[in-house]
Amino acid sequence: MKKLTKKKKHDILMGYLFTSPWILGFLFFIVFPLVTSLYLSFTRYDILSAPRWIGLQNWVRMFTQDPRFWNATKATFKYVIFEVPLRLLFAFIVALIFSQRESKILNLYRAIYYIPSLIGGSVAIAVVWRQIWGYPDGIVNAILSIFGLRGINWLGDTRTAIWTLILLAVWQFGSPMLIFLAALKQVPTELYEAATIDGANFWGRLFKITIPMVTPVILFNLINQMIHAFMAFTQSYIITQGGPLDSTLFYAVYMYRKAFNDFEMGYASALAWFMLALVGIFTVIIFKTSNRWVYYEAEEGV
Amino acid sequence: MKRKTLNTIIYYTVVTLIAIFMVYPALWMLSSSFKQPWEIFGDILNLIPKEPTLNNYKEGWQGFGGITFATFFKNSFIIAGLNTIGTVISSTIVAYGLSRIPFPGRRIIFTTVILTLMLPMQVQIVPRYILFSKIGWINTFYPLIVPAFLGGPFFIFMVMQFIRGIPKELDESAFIDGADRIKIFYHIILPNLKPVITTAAIFAFYWAWNDFMGPLVYLNSPEKYPVSVALRAFSDPSAVTNWGAVFAMSTLSLIPVLVIFVLFQKYIVQGVTTTGLRG
Repeated sequence: MKKLTKKKKHDILMGYLFTSPWILGFLFFIVFPLVTSLYLSFTRYDILSAPRWIGLQNWVRMFTQDPRFWNATKATFKYVIFEVPLRLLFAFIVALIFSQRESKILNLYRAIYYIPSLIGGSVAIAVVWRQIWGYPDGIVNAILSIFGLRGINWLGDTRTAIWTLILLAVWQFGSPMLIFLAALKQVPTELYEAATIDGANFWGRLFKITIPMVTPVILFNLINQMIHAFMAFTQSYIITQGGPLDSTLFYAVYMYRKAFNDFEMGYASALAWFMLALVGIFTVIIFKTSNRWVYYEAEEGV
Repeated sequence: MKRKTLNTIIYYTVVTLIAIFMVYPALWMLSSSFKQPWEIFGDILNLIPKEPTLNNYKEGWQGFGGITFATFFKNSFIIAGLNTIGTVISSTIVAYGLSRIPFPGRRIIFTTVILTLMLPMQVQIVPRYILFSKIGWINTFYPLIVPAFLGGPFFIFMVMQFIRGIPKELDESAFIDGADRIKIFYHIILPNLKPVITTAAIFAFYWAWNDFMGPLVYLNSPEKYPVSVALRAFSDPSAVTNWGAVFAMSTLSLIPVLVIFVLFQKYIVQGVTTTGLRG
């Protein structure tokens, strides 16, 4: 009995000791900055002089007097709405292709497909992407000219610029693909066999078995990719600099400019909190609606 | 039989075509890095340089403002290296505490780890900048390294998942033999964590190596730039750019990433599929 309490005491001490790095990091680098920035969002603050309380002015300015804020929000929404589903769709289709067969050479292909995900977020590829869509002598325009088509200024046109960034992100479908592939391999083959005996064709099996079985993974990927997409930065910052006419001005880029070019830290804090709230709301909405379409094996047949 | 062969041909044609799209930009960059200046945009679609040259590498390596890429690469290796070490050590320790030691508050701490997983770095960067500027860390490597020593939520979660697979009986029997939690961690758990530590180290290195926004915000003198920020400064659209040199240095910047990928592919696939690490 005495030994047990000694063990318990030891465990409590050790528990806090082992988790202390996280506790410290959480308090210093997450809680403290977040609380500070919430406070700063109600101030005018340029870092050099003390923050001055201005109440809701930053928030009012954001919603009523700052067209660029709306441009940034619009561009970011457009990006999230197209990029996330497209990326997941590609990831799923390619994972499906890979799951049909198995061979050494396919492992190599799988590795090749993952390469953009490794290097795609790098500055190097962003720089190359700028050349691919360049005007008049980019790669895409060069290919078009082979077919006798006149190239357009992809990055300089408000209708096309954002699509080049979406395409860059879709091209990096490697990590959701790997997750889908792992999930597809776990679907019990008996299900397919039974369905085939019952006369189901490929599409029947796909929509009645495969997709329902991987919905938990779809949900996981969806949330992951959405949070990621809301905060895209490097591509817009390097490739289009937010232009033309703010059509690719991603929220994170706008926030960065307000904070580090204009040194409007208070306003940037308000921007950050608005985005945090937005991401939170979207995550909750997706989670809440997910029990309508996500299939959990454990619940079935109870 | 015939139909099967046809299917196989179609199948491999499709996967090969997609593969070409996937690698083309990287190949184009590689080939441009060996092209003469007039060839890069003059003969844009040709992947094989007509007059291959190493000049781009020589000129690129000179960097800008008197700082060579040797400095930028050194900075990147220091930042990414220390970041990796810090992430692995701290995340392993925290993960062990959370998954094996029963103590009050454990659930709350675990919940904060999971919530933080969903907290985008970009939202925190303004307040963190203010914090770091108050303590005089701007234009030092500390903001890019120190937080890593206090545990990354992705990695804590990842190691926790792995520890779950190690039989608890090992802990129990060691405890009966008189080992305390530290000894159990060091002698029993840690040796079993090798695969997950390797995976975590690879990803920590990738992220730190490719990170752009962090160094862009926290560093302001060029001699402290890592490769990512240096590349962007090097290819500034508002200045006249030596594109051959930019592509040469871009190619070099991807080499560490690709080498690690080739060596540890198995771990990377594992890491992505078990935790859904972004990439």
